[in-house]
Amino acid sequence: MLGRRGTLPFFAGPPLLWLALFFVVPVLMIAAFSVRQGSGAVGPSDPWVPSAEHYQEVLGTTAFLRLLGLSALMALGIAGLATMLAYPIAYFLTFRAGSRAPLYLTLLLIPFAVSYLLRVMAWKLMLGPEGGINSVLATLGLTDEPIQLLLYSRPAVIITLVYVWIPFAALPIYAAMQRIDRAQLEAAADLGAGPWARFWRITMPLSLPGALATYFMVFIPTVGEYVTPALVGGTDGIMYGNIILGFFTRSANWPLGSAMAMIMLTLTLILTAVGLRSVNLRRVAA
Amino acid sequence: MTTGTHPRAAQQHAIGVGRTRVPLRSFYVGVLLLLYLPIGVLFVFSFNAGTTLSFPLEGLTLDWYASVLGNTAMLNAARNSLVVGVGSATLATVLGSMVALAVLRFRFPGRSALLALAAMPLVVPFVVLGVAFFLLFVAIDAPRSLLTVGIGHTVIAIPYATLIVLARLGGLDPALEDAAMDLGATYPTTLRRVVLPLMAPTLLSAWLTCFIVSFDEIALAIFLVGGDPTFPVFLYGQLRFAQRLPVLIAMAVLLMIGTVTLTLVALRLRAKDV
Repeated sequence: MLGRRGTLPFFAGPPLLWLALFFVVPVLMIAAFSVRQGSGAVGPSDPWVPSAEHYQEVLGTTAFLRLLGLSALMALGIAGLATMLAYPIAYFLTFRAGSRAPLYLTLLLIPFAVSYLLRVMAWKLMLGPEGGINSVLATLGLTDEPIQLLLYSRPAVIITLVYVWIPFAALPIYAAMQRIDRAQLEAAADLGAGPWARFWRITMPLSLPGALATYFMVFIPTVGEYVTPALVGGTDGIMYGNIILGFFTRSANWPLGSAMAMIMLTLTLILTAVGLRSVNLRRVAA
Repeated sequence: MTTGTHPRAAQQHAIGVGRTRVPLRSFYVGVLLLLYLPIGVLFVFSFNAGTTLSFPLEGLTLDWYASVLGNTAMLNAARNSLVVGVGSATLATVLGSMVALAVLRFRFPGRSALLALAAMPLVVPFVVLGVAFFLLFVAIDAPRSLLTVGIGHTVIAIPYATLIVLARLGGLDPALEDAAMDLGATYPTTLRRVVLPLMAPTLLSAWLTCFIVSFDEIALAIFLVGGDPTFPVFLYGQLRFAQRLPVLIAMAVLLMIGTVTLTLVALRLRAKDV
């Protein structure tokens, strides 16, 4: 008879193999390529000489570092804005919406189900020189000629990405708020705590893990963005990811691109680890 | 409670009186309007007779929708996305369910490491994953194609499948499986006859989520696709031609109706679980 005990390799084996082959090995390959000598499209069969030249080049090029810093700042800011805008929505859904909460949640999530590229394109249409905002301004007689600054700029990238992430951002916060025991709020009210005191002393600390989860689930994909900057950012609005892509397409330099990818991965993992650690500590303290 | 509803209602009323005066409902409605406005503009644009969006519109037309049917390159790209989505969602759901079963139903060293590994693709930016796959497929001399996109999409969908299945399986009493095995069923039979039927809605929901993740994915696909594009990659390549925009948007609106429906079904299936 086939018992349960003997079947573990059957369950753990295939996913382990798949993730080792198609996740761990490829990520290690970036590390390997980033420390090899040479530039251009160096294949695996080319001579493999270890070298730190690419890290030196990245860390020694002000334009790269500036763009890395800007991309990190943009992602931190976009994640912050999305979280701050989503927080009151999650609060409304949890504590005010009552029995209609599922309907309101669904209404919020429908835009998120609309294709990402389509939502970015929508903003391109809104912000463009012949786009929605400029048309409305012109029709109302507020402007004589279209405002060019709206599209192809860093603010356009930020507006678009915040827009793209708001619906999703509400989800982890909403999940955390739903787990809050209402009896705690009632007890606080009975003991004389006012609405703001209850919020700052109970709701806020208990929903913080959800807010931080939201923050990082927006930050991680945003820091590596290159599609949205290419569409609405123009030459002024590009991010670090656009440079990485460039080294694997237009101007092939795989080792340099790998070094840049490694630096981004390291930065992301450190920031995420620090953030998640702070969540756990708070949970222990609570 | 034997006292009925009155004290409870009074208590809730007491909390209601103590509410802050922050206009949360207005805030929600405002954000919702901002979310739907650009999509609405897009929708209007797909019926616009001109190729640029300016108000007032030059006229309304269904031509863009009609010309979708004649655009074979675009239909081919949509079919490619469908194939990649179905393939990667199926594989990711199977692999993710295996992780969930291994983690919840077995005790072994490295349990939490396996779960961490399965969730890990979530914390790697796609541009980094794109580079990683690019180098891997160069190294093993695999030409970039829909297959390589499918492999990439399976990896990014595994965390979603794992976490969705894990959440539901954690609420399923293991005693059900013990009972089946006490009655003589082997473990594979138990899974097929007991666990699978109970988990079916969750598995479908996980599959739909993985499918949508793949169907909409572009950042990874740009690194991995060969000459035969998926729909988002095709769309991205065509965006620079302004006169083609209305047809693209008409097609995208049609696909949007499909993905929105699938998402609503996935949400409904998961809501029943809880």
